[in-house]
Amino acid sequence: MAFQKPLLRTEDLKVYFYGRDKISRAVDGVSYHIHAGETVCLVGESGCGKTVSALAALGLIPSPPGKIVGGRILFKGTDILSLDEDAMQKIRGNQISMVFQEPLTSLNPVFTIGDQIGEAIRTHETISQDALDKRCVQLLRDMGIPSPEQRLHDYPHQLSGGQRQRVMIAMALACNPDLMIADEPTTALDVTVQAQILNLLKSVQEKASMAVLYITHDLGVVSGIADRVYVMYAGLIVEEGNTRQVFGNAVHPYTMGLLASLPDRKKRGKRLHNIPGTVPNPAYKPDGCPFHPRCSHAVESCKTVEPEMIPLEEGHRCRCPVLAKKP
Amino acid sequence: MAETLTKNHEILEGPQAPRQSRFVQQFRLFKENRLAVVGLVIFLAFFITAVAGVVLTSGQDPVFNPSLVRLQEKLQPPLSLPNLETLKAHEVPTLGIYLLGTDDLGRDVFARMLQGAWVSLTVGFVAVGIAVIVGIFLGGLAGYYGQEGICYDQILDFLLLLSGIIFFILKWHKLGFGLFTAGIFMMILSFRARRVKQNRFMPGWLHKSAFSFDTLIMRMVDIMLCFPSFFLILTVVALLPASIYNIMIVIGLTSWMGTTRFVRAEFLSLREQDFVSAAKALGLGNFRIIFRHMMPNAVAPVLVSATIGIATAILTEAGLSFLGFGVPPPYATWGNILSDGKRFIFDAPWLTFVPGIAILIVVLCFNLFGEGLKDALNPKLRQE
Repeated sequence: MAFQKPLLRTEDLKVYFYGRDKISRAVDGVSYHIHAGETVCLVGESGCGKTVSALAALGLIPSPPGKIVGGRILFKGTDILSLDEDAMQKIRGNQISMVFQEPLTSLNPVFTIGDQIGEAIRTHETISQDALDKRCVQLLRDMGIPSPEQRLHDYPHQLSGGQRQRVMIAMALACNPDLMIADEPTTALDVTVQAQILNLLKSVQEKASMAVLYITHDLGVVSGIADRVYVMYAGLIVEEGNTRQVFGNAVHPYTMGLLASLPDRKKRGKRLHNIPGTVPNPAYKPDGCPFHPRCSHAVESCKTVEPEMIPLEEGHRCRCPVLAKKP
Repeated sequence: MAETLTKNHEILEGPQAPRQSRFVQQFRLFKENRLAVVGLVIFLAFFITAVAGVVLTSGQDPVFNPSLVRLQEKLQPPLSLPNLETLKAHEVPTLGIYLLGTDDLGRDVFARMLQGAWVSLTVGFVAVGIAVIVGIFLGGLAGYYGQEGICYDQILDFLLLLSGIIFFILKWHKLGFGLFTAGIFMMILSFRARRVKQNRFMPGWLHKSAFSFDTLIMRMVDIMLCFPSFFLILTVVALLPASIYNIMIVIGLTSWMGTTRFVRAEFLSLREQDFVSAAKALGLGNFRIIFRHMMPNAVAPVLVSATIGIATAILTEAGLSFLGFGVPPPYATWGNILSDGKRFIFDAPWLTFVPGIAILIVVLCFNLFGEGLKDALNPKLRQE
């Protein structure tokens, strides 16, 4: 894997949102990469820039107010920020597809799900109606939706939340993309359905040898599915590594705080840890390390010096000079 | 997991409710609204009457002659019998009775109403068709592209092209041609500059946004709304040759503002919906998203307002005819029957009541029908 060129690679990506009299630095220099067939998780609190940094890869930053002010996004070696709209449309859905958070609202209420899955295919391929129907049925069957021939003619409101999310995944898979971006696909679902959807994602990924960029704030999910993990905080990646490194050997105080606040069998009866304070407003970030006001390990230099990524082990890097130096 | 899925699959393939086609379901929902069904029935009757009216009242020797003058039989009340002694054979009304009376020239009001029905129907549909198409198009663009700016160079292109055309029409051929070519040249330059995202040929301020697309369209709407539209129609009709098609087009082109505002408002909220982002993430083009994905979500309320618009258009035509600016006589429309009758309102009240009540019923049935349509088109209500 390490010798291969990554499928998607962002380098020092910066996405700012221009407000009336302030600039929100939602993503402020994020570099991540995904290899073919790999599952990568972007983890972080709400508003830390996970979704924005993934949307940028599809060229879907709402503009204005959003603007990509710096960095590159390389998909299969080409910088997709330099592509025009037509070329982007050929990539979207066909090579990079996306599953959204809310299955309730991500399907068009006035079309049957068959129409919508069919549209996903027809946008990128010329295909006869018969073959299209067959493929839609097959997709729904792969998603584990019972009696797909009938469900094809259903409207989204006639399906349950989990089924709708399965339909969304079917649409995302319709053109056999190389990369699927899943933006908190299980957050709006209840826990039992969540597990089913995760298993489904995993099985289709193995079958299609597709890379998945999984955006979530649920560390429990991450440990179950991820090959590698990026932990984001306030528009920056603060720690990256494979799942074992990040979960077993976290270095950054933010990652440690997140892990400590997970409920666990060992912590039964005790109060859960919580990280004091809240995520800084992206328009008014503190100087130096963005995490220092909430950090128990902060030293004087944290308030002024912006930390760099420090390599620890093979593939494991973190953005905390204080803890990284004294392992 | 795969095993459990297939297992579930087998278990869940249970008996299915009998499926109904979309149309059947819509009709079933529609039927539940009694008033709407009444509206539909009256509308169908009106439609058949209008079509039959054209067939029966046109040609050299029509079955019902709406313009046959019988001065000796003028102002006969409805259901009165013709005096067969004073009439020639071809002057006797076809039904042998003046069903709706006669007017001041002894013309059969029933025949005239038949002839006028077609005018009302086509005016209503064509005018509203134009208004809805223009409204949906402009409203959709304004709502979807709302925040996109219009840059100075685009305004400049447009002004150059427009002034070129104007000068050409004014017969200043050389100047007009020069300006027009300059406009096209500028346009190509602007396109190129946008494509490569850097402009070597143009100063930077030309690419600053002057105002948003939304502003452009909505101010156009405001300007159109500022005109008292009835007088605008009067002016235009006075300038153009009097013909029923001109009136339809003019009514259509002065009544699209409501639909535009409506569609824009719908689009502003639809644009933020997740399914629009999902459609974008699937790689669909903007026009496909606007007209195939968002429009059906916005069209149900538009249809309802369109049915009411048909009623308004019929009223406007009647008003124009009433003022004598409408369809030229001797062609009868409901409006000019009404207008002719107003002089005899105390002597022959049926001359005003008959067309008035006909307009009332048709307008009412359109409104009821529109209301029922709104429910039938809502997929959320379309459940087994």
